[in-house]
Amino acid sequence: MSEFVYLYRGGSREGSPEQMQQVMQKWMAWFKQLSEKGYIKSPGHPLERTGKLVKGSQKTVTDGPFAESKDVVGGYTLIEARDLEQAVELSKGCPIFEREGMVEVRPVMQMNM
Amino acid sequence: VTLPTDHLFRREAGRMVATLTRIFGVHNLALAEDVVQDAFCRALEVWKFRGPPENPSAWLMATAKNRALDVLRRERTACTFAPELGRLLESEWTLAPVVEEVFASKAIQDDQLRMMFSCCHPRLPEEAQVALVLHILCGFSVDEIASAFVSSHAAIEKRITRAKKVLATSKKLFDVAAATEFSARLPSVHRALYLLFNEGYHGASPESAIRSELCREAMRLTAVLLEHPQGATSATHALAALMCLNASRLPARVDATGKLSSLLDQDRSRWDQELVAEGVKLLELSATGCELTVYHVEAAIASIHARALRAEDTDWQTIVSLYDTLMMIGPSPIVALNRAIAIAQQEGPERGLEEIGAIANSERLGSYPFYHAALGEFELRTRRKAIARDHFRTALSLARNPMERQFYEQRMAACERDAAQQVP
Repeated sequence: MSEFVYLYRGGSREGSPEQMQQVMQKWMAWFKQLSEKGYIKSPGHPLERTGKLVKGSQKTVTDGPFAESKDVVGGYTLIEARDLEQAVELSKGCPIFEREGMVEVRPVMQMNM
Repeated sequence: VTLPTDHLFRREAGRMVATLTRIFGVHNLALAEDVVQDAFCRALEVWKFRGPPENPSAWLMATAKNRALDVLRRERTACTFAPELGRLLESEWTLAPVVEEVFASKAIQDDQLRMMFSCCHPRLPEEAQVALVLHILCGFSVDEIASAFVSSHAAIEKRITRAKKVLATSKKLFDVAAATEFSARLPSVHRALYLLFNEGYHGASPESAIRSELCREAMRLTAVLLEHPQGATSATHALAALMCLNASRLPARVDATGKLSSLLDQDRSRWDQELVAEGVKLLELSATGCELTVYHVEAAIASIHARALRAEDTDWQTIVSLYDTLMMIGPSPIVALNRAIAIAQQEGPERGLEEIGAIANSERLGSYPFYHAALGEFELRTRRKAIARDHFRTALSLARNPMERQFYEQRMAACERDAAQQVP
C-alpha cells in the first residue's frame, strides 16, 4: 500500500441551509465509506481560507489568499491506497465535485533511508 | 456520530439570524445572514473531517457568536449596530459580556419571537409577511419558497427584497416587552402563521415533503408563541389546536398508491392520534375568556371530524352550525362553500347545490378548483352525469399540480361509469 494526499481545492460556499446540510451529509457518508474500507490513514484537517505569505530574502509578509480563490486549498486527507490509479478512483466519490471544487491527488514520496 | 437529519441547519439559521440581528440591528440583516452562512461553511469544513460535535446546535450558535464578535470588533467604527445595545458594543469591556448575554438560551427564544413580530410589520402585505417568516425564521431559500408557493424565483426574490427593505426602515426590532404593542400585533402574527400552515396544508406545491415542512414550521413557531406569557392567549391556543387537528390528517391525504384522498375517503386509521389528542387538549385550553376567533371555530370543526371514526359517523349538524358561526365572525366565499358541502352531507346534494347557488360573491370562487369539484360531486350524486362531468373538467383545468389533475380525471371517469354504480 502507498500513501496519498488529497488536497481539496475550491468548492462553492453558497447554498441554502438545507443544501449546506445535504452537502455535509454527503461528505460524511463519503468519509465513512472510505474509512470503513481502511483507506483513510488520517482524516486530515480543514484549513482557514486566509493567512499570511512570507516570501523572498527580505521575508516580506503579505496577506493571503495566495491564488485564485477557486483554487485555494481548503483541507487535506491522508489516504492509503494500492496505487495512484486507485487513489484517483476513490477520490471520484468526493462531493466537492458537485460544488465546483477539485481534488488534487498527490503521492507521498517514499523515503527509503 | 451521525448528524440529526431533521433540517438542523435550516432551523438553526432562523435562530441565529434572529439573535444576530438583535446585536447588529435590523438594518444589518444582510450582515447577520452573512455571518450565518459563514458559520455553516465552518461547520461543513470542520464536521466533514471530524464528524459533527455532540451538540451541533450549540456548536453553530457558538461559532456564530465568535464571528459576531470578530465583526463587531472590526466594524464598530464604520457601522452602527443595534441602537438598543449602542454604547455597550463600543467598549471592549462591555462587548463580550453583552454578546454572551444575547446568546444565552432564554434570550434566543425571545429573539425568534421578536423577529416573528418584526416580520409581521403592518406595512407589509400578508403574503410578504409569510415569505419573510419562511425566509428569515425558517431558513428557506428563495428557491425553496418559490417551489412551495409554485411561484417564480424572480417573483419571490422581489417580494422578499422589498419586505426586507421595509423591515430595515423600522430601525429596530419589535419590542416584545411592550405589552400594548404586543397585543396589537398578535393578530397579524396569528394570521401569518395560519397562512403559512394553510400553504402547507392546501398549497399548490405537488411535493408533499415541502408542504408538510411548511405545516411543521407553522406549528413550531406557534409553539414558540405559546411559550411566551403574553403570547399564550386563547386565540393562540385555538390556532395551535387547529394546526394539530388538521395536521393529524396529513398522513392520510395521499393513499398507498400515491393518489390524493378526500377527507371522506381517507383511511382514518392513518390519522395521527397523538396530534389529535394534543389538538383536543389545546382546544380545551383555548376555551378561556370570552374571545371567539375563526381559529376557535375552525379548530372545533376539525375536532368533530377527528372524533368520527368513520366518515358516516360525522356529526354534520354540529359542523353546519359551526359554519354558521364562522359565517358570522369571518365570512368568505370559501367558508360559505364549505358550509354548503356540510349541508349537502346532511340534507342531500340538491340542498348543497341550492346553498352553493346562494353564495354571495361566488364569482370569486371561479378560479378555485374545489368550487367546481363540489358542484361536480353534487351533480354526480343527483345523477346529472353530463353536467357533473363539465364541472370536473373545469376543476381539472384549474388543478394546480399532477396529483390534483389525476384526482379530477378520476372523478370525470366516475361520471362515465354506469349510473347503478353511482349510488350517492
